[in-house]
Amino acid sequence: MIDNFDMSLVDWSRAQFALTAIYHWIFVPLTLGLSFILAIMESIYVKTGNEEWKRITRFWMTLFGINFAIGIATGIILEFEFGTNWSNYSWFVGDIFGAPLAVEGILAFFLESTFVVVMFFGWSKVSKKFHLTSTWLVAVGANLSALWILVANAWMQHPVGMIFNPETARNEMVNFWAVIFNQVAVDKFLHTISSGFLLASMFVLSISSWFLIRKREQIMAKRSILIAGIFGLLSSLLVAFTGDSSARTISQVQPVKFASMEALYEGKTNAGLVAFGFLKDSDKKIGSKTVKDFAIKIEIPGLLSVLTGGDKDAYVPGLKDHIDGNVERKIMATPEKMERGKYALGVLQLYSRARMTKDKEQIESIKGIFNDKDFQTNYFRYFGYASVLSPEDVIPNVSVTFYSFHLMVMLGFIFLLIFAMALYFLFRDEIADKRWFLWIVLFSLPLPYIASELGWILTEVGRQPWIIQDLMNVSGAVSQIKTGSVITTFILFAVLFTGLLISEISIMIKQIKTGPRH
Amino acid sequence: MATMISYLFLQHYWWIIVSLLASLLVFLMFVQGGQSLIFSLPENDLQKTMIVNAMGRKWEFTFTTLVTFGGAFFASFPLFYSTSFGGAYWVWMAILFSFIIQAVAYEFRSKPGNVFGKQTFDIFLFLNGSLGPFLIGVAVATFFTGSRFSLNYFNQVHWETQWYGLESLLNIRNLALGFAVLFLARINGLLYLINTIDDEDLVKNSGKKLIINSIPFLLSFLFFVISLVLSSGLTSDSTGTVTSEKLKYLHNFLQMPVVLIIFLAGVVGVLYGIGISVIKKSRNGIWFSGPGTVLAVFSLFLIAGFNNTSFYPSSYNFQSSLFIRNASSSLFTLKTMMYFSFIIPFILAYIWYAWKAINNSKITEEEMNSEEHKY
Repeated sequence: MIDNFDMSLVDWSRAQFALTAIYHWIFVPLTLGLSFILAIMESIYVKTGNEEWKRITRFWMTLFGINFAIGIATGIILEFEFGTNWSNYSWFVGDIFGAPLAVEGILAFFLESTFVVVMFFGWSKVSKKFHLTSTWLVAVGANLSALWILVANAWMQHPVGMIFNPETARNEMVNFWAVIFNQVAVDKFLHTISSGFLLASMFVLSISSWFLIRKREQIMAKRSILIAGIFGLLSSLLVAFTGDSSARTISQVQPVKFASMEALYEGKTNAGLVAFGFLKDSDKKIGSKTVKDFAIKIEIPGLLSVLTGGDKDAYVPGLKDHIDGNVERKIMATPEKMERGKYALGVLQLYSRARMTKDKEQIESIKGIFNDKDFQTNYFRYFGYASVLSPEDVIPNVSVTFYSFHLMVMLGFIFLLIFAMALYFLFRDEIADKRWFLWIVLFSLPLPYIASELGWILTEVGRQPWIIQDLMNVSGAVSQIKTGSVITTFILFAVLFTGLLISEISIMIKQIKTGPRH
Repeated sequence: MATMISYLFLQHYWWIIVSLLASLLVFLMFVQGGQSLIFSLPENDLQKTMIVNAMGRKWEFTFTTLVTFGGAFFASFPLFYSTSFGGAYWVWMAILFSFIIQAVAYEFRSKPGNVFGKQTFDIFLFLNGSLGPFLIGVAVATFFTGSRFSLNYFNQVHWETQWYGLESLLNIRNLALGFAVLFLARINGLLYLINTIDDEDLVKNSGKKLIINSIPFLLSFLFFVISLVLSSGLTSDSTGTVTSEKLKYLHNFLQMPVVLIIFLAGVVGVLYGIGISVIKKSRNGIWFSGPGTVLAVFSLFLIAGFNNTSFYPSSYNFQSSLFIRNASSSLFTLKTMMYFSFIIPFILAYIWYAWKAINNSKITEEEMNSEEHKY
């Protein structure tokens, strides 16, 4: 479990997963949000009987279709890569992680794939109401799909509801509800789907702005802006609210990630929230690791303490607290965690030897240790630390986590402003004349995509070196295959996905230029 | 009720669910079968469009079933997932690549501005249609023929060849099942076209192709089945020691006569479906070959895993072989997922309803020339 240290294999396997996940996430948020926008538009059509709304719905549905297939194509790889590239992980946690994936397939994928066919092909084959129901079910199915995979991912950030079984050498689920209602899962699901709604709203807003700039399809554009503006504004507020809740949860369950997000090295009370900052090389060290420090920063005094602990006197631990420990604040030092992890591993090795020698007495006695609450909460929970070589290795890349977090938050506020302004201009019937604003909205289209990817980079890079927080690191999880094989598939994926992305963008642009056909 | 359900029962229950998904997947690969014919069957562009649209309205079902099959296998038998996927890397990657290119091909092929041209996406459809069923057949055949791997105490897999799965292509029995699945998919694809498309010439040509494809199917399928019933399989004794048993799969059929009956019913169903289409020119062959395919594949999965048989044998180290009992998830997980599985009949019901709503009218030339959404 801890003797797999071919770092180039680990790095390439990580690179491949990152590549496929990033590509997948280019397409999925649009599906999540646009499906609801379509459902709302079609509902208005069915309610009012106004054919223009049908035409509008069908135009956006065409764009939805182009995006939908490629999202599915890139998604299948992720599911199978858990096995192909992270096989040790698959066994170690498959008992918990696999279940949400199976439920996802049974509950969500079939709903989505069955009714998407009716949605695309059923306009003249089924009744209006059946068609509308299908469109809503596609939206529900798509978002349910997101629920289960996010539950699985949340478990990797904060493993709960399981116990380690030495006999099978894996973690086994003992509380399904704890896995589902894990606070990280709740935050993550709400934050992720609302960010998808936001992205899709921005997509509709940007393309509608283009029509207004070109003075084409003005009715369609304005009606689309109305729906996207309201949906986007509400989504932006939800994104901000769930983002705040998410950060607070991270501060509790992944405090090292949290300190990295804020580039907070020394813990303090009355800690300020960095609103804006640049990092530069410095002489500052944590253990033997040289870290970057602020060249410039604008801080809101006391806000970080208030947001995480409820008042400005709350202590926010820094990275040094987590590495060196802080007795006064009851923060355990990483070397102590490493010792405890090694002890847990030692017990497991004893168990393995007892099984080989068929020493029944010893087997029973060690089983007792594994069932002991004190062992589980004070030793086995640090199992992954057994393979940490040096305490500072548990610090993720501070620059990447810091910038991805702060850029994402900054963009979030920009989106809020854009949606509010769009609605303001629309209600004053001035939007078609505000060409400067329409151009800004059009060129803002890539921004929610960037923000969304940054969110995932923060989540995944911020968890390093763990694949499961504190329990297993990435080097122990990787499949023992040839590095060359992974490099080859990485290149194949990169070429194929880039080709498909170019094709998709080109088709999209062509369809948008053509405009609504029906 | 929950406390009365034994671990063994749940392990078998989940093997049945996985087998059911696998058998539905093989049936639904009629989509791939149809795709593999897009260069050889149609006589003009309109016919090709009709074929693509007939298959294109169902591709999501096949894809979703494959994904769900993977998810269910992972959740219920994670040791198989980690062992096979983490070892036979190249076979699974090849299968994945063939499915990635399918998903976009339908949506992109006829759209203006697709950069690579219609022909490229049609080649994607052909590649997925040919390689997908063939490679899945080869991968499933290793459930019977075995692979060279070992597991350590932590159940970490070590693949004992440098080919990481490609070696399975050198086994003639694996190839036979690969070809059998491919030609079965083509047969089901043709029968589906005969049933769905309103074009006399295309239906006539499909009938001719049906005869041509039935011959290699029968040859490869017979070869695989005969070699299967004559071959040894791995079993284990009460102490867990794994041994080889001669004629293990024949024994499985004989010791589980219900499975044998299901298998025979499946084979008869497929043959009847082909027969009435060729001899009586019936357009309902798919109604027999489809369920026949499901039954035959389902029974093959049952003899692979039931009756204390290793469903993923290691020819390198018998003791590393995977059985239903040692590869499954925990009792708690299997039980939790069982509750979710109760929703499956409801899912099948709405799929059936939606399928019927779309298939009520046949695909016609008028529809292909209309403004409706099409591929």
